[in-house]
Amino acid sequence: MSLYQVQKFLYNLNRDEKLQSIFHEDKYSVLSSYDLSAEEYSALDDGDIGLLYVLGVNGQILMHYAAYLHIEWFDYLQLMRDGVDKHGSVRAGIYAMAGDGVELTSAYALGDSGEPA
Amino acid sequence: MSLVYVGILSHAPGITGRAHLATNELVRDQFYDCLRRQAEEIKQSSAEVLIVIAAEHFANFFMDNMPAYCMGVGEKHSGPIEDSEWLKIDKTSIPGSPVVAHKILKSVMQSVDLAYSEEWQCDHGIMVPLHFLTPNYDMPVIPCNINCQGPPLTPLSRVWQFGQALRQACDEQDEKIAIVGTGGISHWPATPDSGKINEEWDREFLSHLMQQNKEKLLSYVDEEIYRDAGQGGFEIRTLIAAAAAAGGQGELQFYSAELPIFAVGCTVANFDVST
Ligand SMILES: [Fe+2]
Repeated sequence: MSLYQVQKFLYNLNRDEKLQSIFHEDKYSVLSSYDLSAEEYSALDDGDIGLLYVLGVNGQILMHYAAYLHIEWFDYLQLMRDGVDKHGSVRAGIYAMAGDGVELTSAYALGDSGEPA
Repeated sequence: MSLVYVGILSHAPGITGRAHLATNELVRDQFYDCLRRQAEEIKQSSAEVLIVIAAEHFANFFMDNMPAYCMGVGEKHSGPIEDSEWLKIDKTSIPGSPVVAHKILKSVMQSVDLAYSEEWQCDHGIMVPLHFLTPNYDMPVIPCNINCQGPPLTPLSRVWQFGQALRQACDEQDEKIAIVGTGGISHWPATPDSGKINEEWDREFLSHLMQQNKEKLLSYVDEEIYRDAGQGGFEIRTLIAAAAAAGGQGELQFYSAELPIFAVGCTVANFDVST
């Protein structure tokens, strides 16, 4: 599981037009410099929005990637829903943190937002 | 007094990018009118520089090096990072205000550790507000982001201190300065729950914000925000900072949960800065 690496790649891609054109020409040369599992690699190779959502990619990163892939808005939302239907609920990252009584994991524990005692 | 205006507004990408998909055109256009009125208010204030307190959404920083607060102090900024066709905002260059920014940075750092960057890329979080507030990109802008995405997040008590420090820093300057805070209230952006809005939660929060109810504002807890207001609710930090900078009562000029295609309760407000 290397969600950090998946998101790092998408973060770099989203904000760098030069990297976008290199990735467009040769996905392997770009993806091979990230430490990805086979599942993560194929999700990025295929532009599989549903699986990337389930793997835990933050929507602020995934949304921009979907725009780069020219996926229409309602299709983007449906692809995430289809991903959950196919692969199960989100496995890691911010959406796996605190919803519906799921306990926070220490790695992603939220900061205390209250006034100090 | 050199702080001449403080306001808040929404910044969701749908506000520009999905305008054509809004079914409630009447409410959409009322919202746009209010945003244009905010632009007019800023102009009337004679502000020479606009500080935008926004939420970092991975346009500038990632989890390899994520500042809690960061100010763009460069001569110019670029944006949007997103596909311009998708956001319906052309890629452009935005003038910065490096001299004023450095003075404010130095002052704020006396009480809050504010990072800085000479390279700043704007995403929808700043581009959507600027599209309405300075559509010709002819006003110097100092962007200032708060990390609202990659926990742990800065505590709300520090957000308040940051707003107050920004106020003091602005008051020390000769230049006339406007501040806008831009963030969502309850929303579940870019997820399958996009379009969900907790209107009751939003209205309660906005009521505390307009009344400068510091105790209530600082009593929000991230776990509860996540449950009731979604991950997007973490962005209340930008709004609380703006209120703290203003110091005076707010006036809610627009709120509507009737534009779910924009994926946020659409909000425009201003604050009294005279106190
Ligand atoms: Fe945002």
